[in-house]
Amino acid sequence: MSNKLQEGRRDFLKKLSLSGGGLMLGFSWFDSEAAIMPAIMAHPEIDIAGFNSYLSIAADGIVTIASPNPELGQNIKTSFAMIVAEELDADWNKVNVVQAPLDTKRFERQATGGSGAIPHSWKRLRTAGATARALLISAAAAKWNVPADQCTAENGFVLHKASGKKAGYGELAAAASKLTVPTDVKLKDPKDFRIIGKPIKNVENKNIVTGKGMFGIDFHRDGMVIAAIQRPPAFGTKLKSYNADEARAMPGIIDVVKFQNNVAVVGRSSWEVLKAKKTLKIEYEKEGEGLESSADHDRFFSALMNSSDAKVRRKEGDVNTAFRDAAKIVKAEYECPFVPHNALEPMNFFAHVREDGIELVGPTQTPASARKAVSDLLKVPEEKITVEMTRLGGGFGRRLKTDYVVEAAELSSIIKKPVKVIWTREDDMGGGSYRPAARYRFEAALDAAGNITGYTCRGVGINMENSLRQDNFPAGAIDNILLDTVEHKSPITVGAWRAPTTNFLAFAEQSFLDEVAVAAKKDPVQLRLELLQKAKTRPAGPVRYDIARMETVIKQAAEKSGWGKKKGVSQGFSVYFSHASYVAQVCDVVMKNGKPEVQKIYAVSDCGVVINETGASQQVMGAIVDGFGTAMYGKLSFRNGEPEQKNFDRYRLIRMKEIPEIDASFVQNGIDPTGLGEPALPPTGGAVANAIFKATGKRLRKQPFIDEASFLK
Amino acid sequence: MPVFTLHVNGKELKADVAADTPLLWVLREHLNLVGTKFGCGVGQCGACTVHLNGNPLRSCLMPVSALEDGKITTIEGLSEKGDHPVQRAWEEVDVPQCGYCQAGQIMTAAAFLKETPKPTMEQIEQAMHGNICRCGAYHRIREAVKLASTKTK
Repeated sequence: MSNKLQEGRRDFLKKLSLSGGGLMLGFSWFDSEAAIMPAIMAHPEIDIAGFNSYLSIAADGIVTIASPNPELGQNIKTSFAMIVAEELDADWNKVNVVQAPLDTKRFERQATGGSGAIPHSWKRLRTAGATARALLISAAAAKWNVPADQCTAENGFVLHKASGKKAGYGELAAAASKLTVPTDVKLKDPKDFRIIGKPIKNVENKNIVTGKGMFGIDFHRDGMVIAAIQRPPAFGTKLKSYNADEARAMPGIIDVVKFQNNVAVVGRSSWEVLKAKKTLKIEYEKEGEGLESSADHDRFFSALMNSSDAKVRRKEGDVNTAFRDAAKIVKAEYECPFVPHNALEPMNFFAHVREDGIELVGPTQTPASARKAVSDLLKVPEEKITVEMTRLGGGFGRRLKTDYVVEAAELSSIIKKPVKVIWTREDDMGGGSYRPAARYRFEAALDAAGNITGYTCRGVGINMENSLRQDNFPAGAIDNILLDTVEHKSPITVGAWRAPTTNFLAFAEQSFLDEVAVAAKKDPVQLRLELLQKAKTRPAGPVRYDIARMETVIKQAAEKSGWGKKKGVSQGFSVYFSHASYVAQVCDVVMKNGKPEVQKIYAVSDCGVVINETGASQQVMGAIVDGFGTAMYGKLSFRNGEPEQKNFDRYRLIRMKEIPEIDASFVQNGIDPTGLGEPALPPTGGAVANAIFKATGKRLRKQPFIDEASFLK
Repeated sequence: MPVFTLHVNGKELKADVAADTPLLWVLREHLNLVGTKFGCGVGQCGACTVHLNGNPLRSCLMPVSALEDGKITTIEGLSEKGDHPVQRAWEEVDVPQCGYCQAGQIMTAAAFLKETPKPTMEQIEQAMHGNICRCGAYHRIREAVKLASTKTK
């Protein structure tokens, strides 16, 4: 069996078809040996492992599309399939989507992060669909003995209009699978799209609303045990000693084992291990420098703001002269706290370390990194490790880390059993890898006419090698600019949090531009357009954003929101370019009973072609709710290295009553698509704070806003 | 350990568990009903919401021994074919993002609409306030509850 499986994908698929009872055509885009060689010769940059999709067509016409990337709510499982189905001219009602496991030979970039899946896969997925379509047309043409170019494809059928002949994909699949795979297929003109751009509902809706077990925490394997792990509660401590006598004696407990700084309670059910874990008596000791509290961070920030040891990130012209000659100088500092990811499904993973290999199953954004980390730790070659991705109950960047996967594998290797490790909310919120705290200091020099002649920003971040994005707007529009960063190294672990760095930096930058506009007595929209005009006509250093695209979202957002034309409404503006997409936002605030109420946020996004109309607006709305909620309420504080909030009773997440209305629209420009899981989040905080300033005169420079202004509580 | 008899989704099911075991874990690990989710364990997020005698209940806080003869409905038993008006509205409005909180949201909404068949938006917001959606799908949740209210007889 195993020898035959190595014969090639097509043979493998024929086996599938035998056991499934129908004929199948299966290929990615360069499937057959015959097609691979010319394809590589024609496109030396294409690795043979480089195709990114897999589809098959059964005799009954059902098209099965494998989605290689982890699904965490960005709706990739629907959008990927839509792209393939578009070029295939498939009948969407006959498309079935399945999650592919980690397979670095067949797929590349099987990861969810950086809003990168769509731009990476756009051409690959389209080519996969178009290649299949071309084969089906060739098969039909041969069958009818007519030229292929007289045949067309439509909604799961090949048609020969002159003769009125028509055949379904299912009946053509077997013949099509015997043909040579073409390497020069033509992709559709976007104006002919009939699936892409439409509101296509999430393919998993039925399973979700009926409670099907599809998440990692739902995974069950007969014979598996459950484990809960006590990790050091404070960052900067390590385990000294422990006593688990009481836990061991409790019902349902199979074992208690120590590894690294962890004590794992292994048992037959979640409740039993969670209960037993609470009885552990563990002593910890300090490791390294010391245990940090939030007050310490405040001191570090202040000291590093004046450090002479900063890394210069961008420098144009001469800021000293600009500030010396300034008619006016604007200064402001902005600060954000740590925040946890709080994916609603707490971390968990299943691992089974056997003699002959390792099986890993669970929710991960980076299956390949997880496999590598497990391989490195347990010295098992990667080809002996399988990773199956379940659906993720949220990721937000937390599941880019592999700690919770490695830990499950290590535990399984010690207890020699299949194990599912579950985290409680407290484990999850206290377990690290947070959005780092940071502080930014901006200064702008203005001339008498209110033009920005000089601009500096110092970013200080905790465990942030670079807390700035030095090529962000308005860099490129200012002749004299100096941007630098300093890092504070801390035992508190940090990681990517939805729109890393820019999730707060955008707030700081867009708030500061608002402060500059006020000081220069300019309209905030006008100021941004002037700066873009300057970057276009007289750029200062490299300009790494598309000026026209940024102008367009600014103008459309201003128009859509009735910028400057509304009575009794205070508006705030923000625009940001991140993850290759452009988003402008306007926030409407109205005063009610002497308090500002955030009423509505308008968002105009340019992510190129919108793949799925309903999915896209959902991503934008979700990102805005996340950006708004985090700016308003999000804060994880520390005392002696230990987080002070560990569950939703003390950590405030936004709830339904607190959401503003959202108007999400998209620029239609036909440009190849970019990602949308993150780009709408960064601009939100700035738009909101700028509107609140307009309404109240109170400038919000620190998040969470509720700590800054009692009227927001 | 004692054997408890539970009335779940119209069936009598038995579970041999400690008396303090929360209903959530009994459903998930002993009765193979994993649609009910663990989110916080302290009754703050609503992911574990089920019905007890028709009323919404945080199953993570409810010891199995306190259920007595109560009738429990989980997401798996809300409708036979997944076509309860709330479930249909959820699909129609295309609510879910990651989907993890949705069973709890749907159970809260279904119990609420039984009590308040024609709610205002304010009533919906009040009723759904205890359910967290980390993906921020609140606009569509609200819209779907409203839509479901038009489907309910």
